[in-house]
Amino acid sequence: MKLNTNSNIYTFVYMTVVVIIVAVLLALANQALKPLQEANIQLDKQKQILGALKVDFANGNPEQIYQELVMDTIRIANPKDAAKDSLEIYRFSIEGDIKYVLPLSGKGLWGGIGGYLALNADKNTIYGVNFNHEGETPGLGAKIVEIEFREKFENKKIFKDNQLVSVAVLKKGKTCAAGEEYQVDAISGATITSAGVSTMLETNLAEYAAFLNDRPAEQVIVEPIKEEEE
Amino acid sequence: MLSQKTKETLLGPLNVNNPVVVQILGICSALAVTVQLKPALVMGIAVTIIVAMANVIVSLIRNTIPMRVRIIVQLVVVAALVTLVSEILKAFAYDVAMQLSVYLGLIITNCILMGRLEAFAMTNKPWDSFLDGLGNGLGYALILVIVAFVRELFGAGQLLGFQVIPQSFYDFGYENNGMMLMPAMALILVGCVIWAHRAYNDKEAK
Repeated sequence: MKLNTNSNIYTFVYMTVVVIIVAVLLALANQALKPLQEANIQLDKQKQILGALKVDFANGNPEQIYQELVMDTIRIANPKDAAKDSLEIYRFSIEGDIKYVLPLSGKGLWGGIGGYLALNADKNTIYGVNFNHEGETPGLGAKIVEIEFREKFENKKIFKDNQLVSVAVLKKGKTCAAGEEYQVDAISGATITSAGVSTMLETNLAEYAAFLNDRPAEQVIVEPIKEEEE
Repeated sequence: MLSQKTKETLLGPLNVNNPVVVQILGICSALAVTVQLKPALVMGIAVTIIVAMANVIVSLIRNTIPMRVRIIVQLVVVAALVTLVSEILKAFAYDVAMQLSVYLGLIITNCILMGRLEAFAMTNKPWDSFLDGLGNGLGYALILVIVAFVRELFGAGQLLGFQVIPQSFYDFGYENNGMMLMPAMALILVGCVIWAHRAYNDKEAK
């Protein structure tokens, strides 16, 4: 007897079998590859943090370099919802100086953007920054990951007269109220991504306020230098 | 080595039967990933592998597929392959997976795949289907590379991320063409390729 491939029963059974096979196959592949993928994500995160800290890992093992430099992780309660995961701040020792690395996340034009902000021990001066994105336009918004954009953030300040002001990303020609030290030029042609970076810094830094505002002894050393600059 | 027919199956899509410039399929992704050469290349390779594999699988099971749900079966096959490829890339080539990001998932909706499965794999043997998939994937990749080459060269002065237009040109007042980075320019370029292609092939035919 030849099977009637157009009968309802056949169609129903056929689809069920196909879907089950595909589901099992994909589940297996996912399970088998998960450890590798997670290791990749972890390694990628460490590379990005090293990038924010301006550590060259091209000729070495990034994981090893990371472990050598990292001191500890500071956890603070999530200000939006204490029940949620606590916020993490990584403390690093770079050539004897303490640097704090703050993970960032926000929204770009097409999807999420994120990054890591490295602050000097004064919790005020930006040491370095690194950005990543899910799918910003290549050649435009995607330029936020490039060094030309990132290095503009170096030595910018996030505090003015002990008030957290963050760093604004503004179109060329525009100036922010706080002054030159608190702004960088946006990428032309990528208005929304640039604004996204600006908002990301502002909202994320506000979340870390509890940590950032707690600036003990170090501040005494930093203050006179700051006055000179102003 | 290859008979006349199989040769045509493999090489036809590169020129006279090109999926992009003759059948006008897969235009949407051709516009999206051609700002730079590298994502265009990786996308071309990914589509080639997936369309060839999907063609073989659908060809193997073509006689068992109930006609009424054949599109759904094809879609399931394609979606499974795309997911598999993206999982494998994330495990073994994380950087490339990040670079392609959303476009990788969008291969599922690429009309070339459904077009080839429906038009060829459903009625042909696995080996021929494999060659057809390979040819169409490469034909697609070829157009992507041509468009991306022009767009990256004139839009950013670079190729594969390396600066090729020397600084001295910029010193004389040369400027990158910002229009090239816009999706509209990709459509115009595809139009130019179609024009050149038609003009050449019409001449050949006479």
